[in-house]
Amino acid sequence: MTVDARRRFDFSRVVVYLVLLLAACFFLLPLVAMVFTSLKTMPEITGGAGFEDATILSPPSLLSLEAWGLAWSSACIAVACEGLRSYFWNSILLVIFAVSISVALGAVNGYVLSKWRFRGDNIIFGMLLFGCFIPFQIVLIPMARVLGILDLAGTLGGLVLVHVCYGIPFTTLFFRNFYVTIPDELISAGRMDGAGFWQIFTIILVPISWPIFVVAIIWQFTNVWNDFLFGASFAGPDTRPLMVALNNLVNTSTGTKAYNVDMAGAMIAALPTMLVYIVGGRYFLRGLTSGAVKG
Amino acid sequence: MASLSIDKVTKRFGTTEVLSEVSIGIEPGDFLVLVGPSGCGKSTLLNMIAGLTDLSGGEIRLEERRIDGLEPKERNIAMVFQSYALYPAMTVEKNIAFPLRMAGVDKAGQAAKVGEVADLLQIGHLLKRKPAALSGGQRQRVAMGRALVRDPKLFLFDEPLSNLDAKLRVDMRTEIKRLHQRLGTTIVYVTHDQVEAMTMATKIAVMEGGAVQQFGTPAEIYDHPANRFVATFMGSPAMNLLKGTVSGDMIDLGGLHLPVPAAAKGLSEGHKVELGLRPEWFGTEPGPDTVPMKGELDLVEPTGPDLYTVIEAAGQTLTARLPARADIGGPGEIELHVDMLKAVIFDAETGKSMMAQ
Repeated sequence: MTVDARRRFDFSRVVVYLVLLLAACFFLLPLVAMVFTSLKTMPEITGGAGFEDATILSPPSLLSLEAWGLAWSSACIAVACEGLRSYFWNSILLVIFAVSISVALGAVNGYVLSKWRFRGDNIIFGMLLFGCFIPFQIVLIPMARVLGILDLAGTLGGLVLVHVCYGIPFTTLFFRNFYVTIPDELISAGRMDGAGFWQIFTIILVPISWPIFVVAIIWQFTNVWNDFLFGASFAGPDTRPLMVALNNLVNTSTGTKAYNVDMAGAMIAALPTMLVYIVGGRYFLRGLTSGAVKG
Repeated sequence: MASLSIDKVTKRFGTTEVLSEVSIGIEPGDFLVLVGPSGCGKSTLLNMIAGLTDLSGGEIRLEERRIDGLEPKERNIAMVFQSYALYPAMTVEKNIAFPLRMAGVDKAGQAAKVGEVADLLQIGHLLKRKPAALSGGQRQRVAMGRALVRDPKLFLFDEPLSNLDAKLRVDMRTEIKRLHQRLGTTIVYVTHDQVEAMTMATKIAVMEGGAVQQFGTPAEIYDHPANRFVATFMGSPAMNLLKGTVSGDMIDLGGLHLPVPAAAKGLSEGHKVELGLRPEWFGTEPGPDTVPMKGELDLVEPTGPDLYTVIEAAGQTLTARLPARADIGGPGEIELHVDMLKAVIFDAETGKSMMAQ
């Protein structure tokens, strides 16, 4: 009977796929609109002469990369007309430092909190977890004061510090929960074999931790890259991250709004995160659900 | 090879005492098995010898050198874990070489030693594999290889066979024993399996409730159990314990009378005792030291070589292990001959042996 059922034309399955397809189309609409708009010229967008029938979802009649070029290197942001380029590199630098530092510290924290238990470790872990629940807005003013005292106000280093502080609770949680599933005997074996604290971590544990590294990196990358509030609050004029610049770009237009440049700018800002998900996405789910390493 | 001496070792977690003043001493080349039910403290004791758990009191000396308080790596002890604890990201070769690498041995030295150990354990063909690609028995060998590779003074085994299937377990048991005979190393081995203890050990410490109930050779433990716990824990099927009272030079088991064992001491008239008779001391034919006794045959469990018969006698149940060919007939009255030469007797109240040791 089961064999028959598989061969038979399955109506309910068709319905399921149809619904899923519709949902996918619906969710993709904004992206399609963005890509199309970014590739159009302004007359086509505004429905000027010759483009009376164009809508937001009609495909571009002639592909123009002009808007992308403008957004990248010569659109005006405040008074400077140099595009998003320099801010893009600001964000890349910010992400490299903030993600690597917060993930590395989270990994060590998780290792200690799961494998080198000490008196009061659960209290410390609880306090760290509490950090996950503190809203950004609450810490803005105290953080500004701290950065001022540390002489880091308006610098990239200051912004990295803020993101590392906010990232550690999450990365610690990820790594601690991952290392709890690794048998303690592995650590004991390392100690018997003469390995020290760092050798056990780097030689034995890190090589089997890649699933959770992927999770932590994707999580931190997305958060730091997409952050606007900290960037707007703590960055200086030369260290502004891309998201802040994008906002300024969109809001600086004088005269006619250059929708194609805005959309191209937004796409440029979204691409790295998309890339990270495409490369690491399939490990993301595996890492989130991965259990003990057997053997 | 080294002697090991455990002197009044105590372990407390908070206010609960899991080990109280345990003292055991073994000679170089001894194979000590710590055996007992789960929760008896045997693994805790092993971890304390290894240096993975701190002592709350007492001393541990290896070759007259005090080692409690030292880091595990300073003790020159290797350990094989229950789950094998192989490093998942490393090949078999790197796993085995790891202790040497940590000790700063050069690459050539590592390779030579790994090759030697791989030959000894016949795992040369597995060296390039990762642990995940190995069977349970192979992992077991690799774990032993990692322990052997740096010639430690003492080997610790923490229930190493409990994750293997029954057949492999027997094979590995033989192999570990052969390895011990060949290398002559001093071993401390933890298990809850009394058969493993009996077959492998040169010395057994039977543990229960955080204390050593008896320490001795397998023969001493089996033939002269110090108390009721040791008597029933060691041996399968378990030793029969028949309740009775001393009456002259006989024990009244409630209608059935058996003689008081010759080596018994400290018994008085009317003393409440338990008579310990191992199932294999029963037979259907009389022998030089046997006494006859009657009982009701209740149940027969054939195991192949033997028949385990459940017998009711004087209102008490006992198990007799008879040869498969024994002519016992069907259910009903049966006459058995029990060898009283090895019979042991325990105080019914304290459970202590009343035999002159």
